[in-house]
Amino acid sequence: MGGLMQVVFDALSLGSLYALGALGIALIFGVMRLVNFAHGDVIAFCVFALLWPSVDAVAIIFAGNLPWYLLIPFALAVGAGLSVLSEVVVFRRFRRANPATMMIASFALGFVIRYFLLMLFSSRPKSISLLPELSQPVEILGARLPLLQLITILVTITVLIGLTAFLRRTRFGLEMRAAAENFTMARMLGVRANRVIMGAFALSGALAAAIALILGSQTGTANIMMGASVMLMAFIATVIGGMGSLAGAVIAGFALGAIATVMQVILPPDARAFRDAFVYGAVILVLIFRPQGLLSARGTKERV
Amino acid sequence: MSLLSLSNISVRYGRLTAVRGVTFTLAEGEMLFITGPNGAGKSSLLRAIAGVTPPAGGRVDFADHDITGQAPEDIARLGLSMVPEGRDVFGSLTIEENLMVGTGMHAGSRGWRARAASELEAVYATFPILKDRRHAQAGLLSGGQQQMLVIGRALMTTPRLVAIDEPSLGLAPNITDQVYERLIALRAERKLTLLIVEQSSTRAMMAGGRMMLMRGGEIVLDGDARALGQSEAMQAAYFGYGDH
Ligand SMILES: Nc1ncnc2c1ncn2[C@@H]1O[C@H](COP(=O)(O)OP(=O)(O)O)[C@@H](O)[C@H]1O
Ligand SMILES: [Mg+2]
Repeated sequence: MGGLMQVVFDALSLGSLYALGALGIALIFGVMRLVNFAHGDVIAFCVFALLWPSVDAVAIIFAGNLPWYLLIPFALAVGAGLSVLSEVVVFRRFRRANPATMMIASFALGFVIRYFLLMLFSSRPKSISLLPELSQPVEILGARLPLLQLITILVTITVLIGLTAFLRRTRFGLEMRAAAENFTMARMLGVRANRVIMGAFALSGALAAAIALILGSQTGTANIMMGASVMLMAFIATVIGGMGSLAGAVIAGFALGAIATVMQVILPPDARAFRDAFVYGAVILVLIFRPQGLLSARGTKERV
Repeated sequence: MSLLSLSNISVRYGRLTAVRGVTFTLAEGEMLFITGPNGAGKSSLLRAIAGVTPPAGGRVDFADHDITGQAPEDIARLGLSMVPEGRDVFGSLTIEENLMVGTGMHAGSRGWRARAASELEAVYATFPILKDRRHAQAGLLSGGQQQMLVIGRALMTTPRLVAIDEPSLGLAPNITDQVYERLIALRAERKLTLLIVEQSSTRAMMAGGRMMLMRGGEIVLDGDARALGQSEAMQAAYFGYGDH
């Protein structure tokens, strides 16, 4: 029983990370038809924003030492700010460009962020202790897990509920949903393109920061590549979920987390190193049978 | 005093010129039909007016503003509401949500919520079927209901001019009758200015008003709908007799 619950919690907390990442990608794709490959680098940036620039192995914590009620808003603001800045400085110029051009622009932006971090911090991973109080174990339903894992799951559920309420109950949410479905039509009804897109970037950046906080506390390291693996899985989740479908992205994120965790348990030890290959295999199977994704996105209409 | 005025508007897609040098004015309260065969450039012209496809040349003035090349949202906010071809409902939103999207342009002004609510009731009074299904997903509506929804949605922005691209497209004739009946009633109630695009002149002749015929990107005839509709000039121009 305890063993099973352990697997369930592992799957949920890993799935949470993927779901948060997939949401961040799907939000922007929804309003801009942009697959933002810089998302993983925004995650890394948010972790490094808590440190002083230095090339030493042990990080000099700066904002990371703040109490959690200041640390969390600070990180969220950094993520949202960087993300909005990337829209204003980079993506706005490509709004009329085709999706492939925008995607390449996002790769380029990712490189810029990564090399900026490399310059200030070097490529050597640093050990950090972020929110150390969260590593103490708790016992729940017979499973022993770090408090952080529980909090990860709870935070994700809260974010999902909050985002749903935001999209369903607020005017801005209504405009975002309309714009995600048919941007041009929304504009013809007076919806301001720039505001909606900046809102999507801000939300996406804040989600990246949430992932950064979780990853930073979980792994105890800061590494300029730390966003990459989450980004990859999150991207896959948005594809499986049906590009632009927020619900699909979340469901697929959790599904990927579950598959990866279960593989880790059932694969023979020698094959575990290839866990991700099995995950990708499962993804390919899904896409063979539902190429439009699990919850196919609504009309992929022109955006401008 | 004209509400809308176009001078020498042209629209290009790469090397293709879809609209060439269109000039006309539309007075407040007028009803203008633009008719013409498929590919004449009618939709391109409407999109240029609404700012969706910025014109390659010429100038558009609306309500004393030069709106040439302005963003669609800014044009909509001046009171020019466009109902595009193919209707474009937000299929995953409910009917009521669809209607509410356009009220955001008044958000923040005093009493806008109350006005939006009374506007909603007015639209529901015009199209009772929308009220019955207000919480249904718009994508589930029939074509006729969707046409009513997009007209209602345009009205929710309290426009001065509504431009509608082929409202009869894909509708049964009796449903089209209903749509037109409401449009004409609305025009009288609200002193709306209407710009309606249709392929055939039938509706224009039934409704009366002014009619222009478009062919090959140009306005070739302009006059009273009933008089023009019966004229041989119209037939000849529509089908392009004597062009070659
Ligand atoms: N987005 C577009 N890109 C390229 N060509 C277009 C586009 N839209 C319309 N056209 C072309 O412009 C011409 C006029 O089309 P359109 O404005 O749709 O005419 P109508 O509405 O009168 O049928 C046609 O030759 C059409 O093929
Ligand atoms: Mg057309």
